[in-house]
Amino acid sequence: MAASHSTPGLIGAERQTPLWQNENVKAFALFMLSLSVFLLIWEIGAKSGWFVKGVPTATETIKEFWWWVTNPFYRNGPNDLGIGWNLLISLRRVAIGYIAASLVAVPLGILIGISPVAFKAFNPYVQLLKPISPLAWLPLGLYLLRDSEKTGVFIIFISSIWPTLINTTFGVANVNQDYLDVSKTLGASRLRTIWKVIIPAALPNIVSGLRISMGIAWLVIVAAEMLLGTGLGYFIWNEWNNLSIPNILVAIFIIGLTGLVLDSLFAALEKFVAFGRNS
Amino acid sequence: MSIAPVNAIDLANARSQTAQLSIRQVAKVFPGKKDLLSKLTGKTRRDFVAIQDINLDIKPNTFVSIIGPSGCGKSTLLNMIAGLSPITSGEILLNGAPIAGPGPDRGMVFQNYALMPWMTVEENLRFAVETVEPKISAKKRDRIIKEHIQLVGLAGAERKHPHELSGGMRQRVGIARALAINPQILLMDEPFGALDALTRAFLQEEVERIWEQQRKTVIMITHSIEEALLLSDRIVMMTRGPAARIDEILEVPFPRPRNRETIQQHPAYQSLKAEMESHLFRETRAVEAERVGG
Repeated sequence: MAASHSTPGLIGAERQTPLWQNENVKAFALFMLSLSVFLLIWEIGAKSGWFVKGVPTATETIKEFWWWVTNPFYRNGPNDLGIGWNLLISLRRVAIGYIAASLVAVPLGILIGISPVAFKAFNPYVQLLKPISPLAWLPLGLYLLRDSEKTGVFIIFISSIWPTLINTTFGVANVNQDYLDVSKTLGASRLRTIWKVIIPAALPNIVSGLRISMGIAWLVIVAAEMLLGTGLGYFIWNEWNNLSIPNILVAIFIIGLTGLVLDSLFAALEKFVAFGRNS
Repeated sequence: MSIAPVNAIDLANARSQTAQLSIRQVAKVFPGKKDLLSKLTGKTRRDFVAIQDINLDIKPNTFVSIIGPSGCGKSTLLNMIAGLSPITSGEILLNGAPIAGPGPDRGMVFQNYALMPWMTVEENLRFAVETVEPKISAKKRDRIIKEHIQLVGLAGAERKHPHELSGGMRQRVGIARALAINPQILLMDEPFGALDALTRAFLQEEVERIWEQQRKTVIMITHSIEEALLLSDRIVMMTRGPAARIDEILEVPFPRPRNRETIQQHPAYQSLKAEMESHLFRETRAVEAERVGG
């Protein structure tokens, strides 16, 4: 921890707020403290049998985690792949399904958003299909596509299309009237208004839609893969069959970490298109 | 208290030879709800007459202010001139031709600037120039943009986005954008309404300076008596709404170029100011009284 080292020769004004009073330093210290307490209780609890039989200790799990992270790409047949391969398989499915969904949802959302008639006509579909659990599509996907790989992508597609579609429609339909008035007083054509004003004005909404969709796609792939045969979801299912609880914990941690990284990318993108607007 | 309609028409006809913009018998009615469904749900609304009997002729190269109590339909009138709001009855003629919709012959400055946040200062101007003249050469376009950025004193801020600028600077961009398309008439809807008092005073003087250079016809909506007196050749005072009308038109005789100190020395300044104050106080008091009573 950085809290304890003091810098000599600070001038008076800075000396008034010592390093250990800095909010970030305090938050970091609290984080480390809570983590230590958690790991300690886990370690002691697992060793002295507070939990059910077979719960691994924290040190075992961390060792296991280190092994998987340092050997990510090995291949001993389809049921024994390095976690890196499984991660890449999951990411690939998500990427294909998600990109396809975005390529449909953004243009469709723009078309629906600029036309009140289209909005009223298509809104029932969206509202009906949006609340369906992604896994409900699984049997239909398997029947129609006869292929587990394609079904995985299909489920990602169908579940990540709605947030982007809804947010894009909302953003396009609710562009600040002032921007449209500027465009009108300049005599801009409809196409130019859409391209130069409506789409950039709706971009923060579109990107938040993409961000929500990404989160959902990553949630869904793990569940879908338990039934499909490869990927991180299947890895967890496989380790459950092996009764290897440390490996399940490792996979859970990696899924969370990947989700965090993906979300941060979109958070950065959101900031990039905001230009001082808060969305 | 107001000009009789018959006289107003005669006056309008007599003047229309020289008028750049003629507003003839214009009224704006916001339609109510009287259909069966509204009646059943008890949500009927009567028609709302915002303004009526508006007659006004504006000569080229004059600066005209419209002042009146809040809610009197000043902005509605300006939006009708801009073509953003349809005219219920009467007509507005620009160089003798009726206005059918918005167009680049009228440049608009908005109260809340209405700059595109994703465009830099330069891009905001470029968007306007290229929209109005799509086939413009890059060289000419860049020269127009540069000239107008310099005109409003924003050289050096070309690459900044609006959220990096102060309110006063943003409105300078708004003015530069409106002027860059070289409109015949500049329409300003309370251009300094959202600014603090000091910035406001400073920008008023900037507008006076710019106006001396360009001498475009300007129609400005304002709430400020001092602002109207500093900038205008004519001040149109409107009555309170609903059915607001033009009460009186004041001619402002101060010589140009003007500044705040010299116009206050002018013999007519105090009497004009007093007249405007009494008009505005009377109308505003009546608005408040109606609100309390209703």
